[in-house]
Amino acid sequence: MKFAILVNEGPYTHEASDTAYQFAKAVLAKGHEIFRIFFYHDGVNNATRLTTPPQDDRNIVSRWSKLAEEHKIDLVVCVAAAQRRGIVDEGEMKRNGKDATNLAPGFRISGLGQLIEAGIQCDRLVVFGD
Amino acid sequence: MLHIVNKSPYERPALDSVLATMSGGAILLIEDGVYAAVKGGAQEAKIKAAMERFKVYALAADLEARGMADRVIEGVTVVDYGGFVDLVVEHKPCQSWL
Repeated sequence: MKFAILVNEGPYTHEASDTAYQFAKAVLAKGHEIFRIFFYHDGVNNATRLTTPPQDDRNIVSRWSKLAEEHKIDLVVCVAAAQRRGIVDEGEMKRNGKDATNLAPGFRISGLGQLIEAGIQCDRLVVFGD
Repeated sequence: MLHIVNKSPYERPALDSVLATMSGGAILLIEDGVYAAVKGGAQEAKIKAAMERFKVYALAADLEARGMADRVIEGVTVVDYGGFVDLVVEHKPCQSWL
């Protein structure tokens, strides 16, 4: 079965980013496909490569990057939510005149259409948030 | 339809909203939502009444993280993340009551 996952809450907030990750792992372990994971609202904070959690804590951001690399999962960050919260890739840096980028590996910035498409293409869309 | 509740019933009315509106399907309690499944709590009667109409599930990892795994109301089915995935597969659609 084809899954899409929506994450609406930032990392280290309550639990949504952790639950979404554990759910995604379980989906793959069951042999299903994850078409896309979409990060919206504060969920876009899952995509900054500049987080430095304590060494004995989980690194939520790099955990997503690793999952994307290992399983070829499309991690998409909402552009409007990202602009508001300072999540920047090369294109956004140039467009908005910023002097740095911070998008973590495996993520890409795009629009809400990607969420709608995921909802249409997938058998299930599961939402995690606050 | 699978109703996913992640809010403690002692904090937010998400579970009450579900119970007031749902006409079929199942309830899955995750994150702080698992407090609704604790034996001896003020929510016990509500959950027991709900179980006469719907299946009620609770996520094992979230019960364990809160020290509640050994006091789950009888009749509530405890599932792991794999069971969570199976429930989503079995029910269409699934609604997260955020």
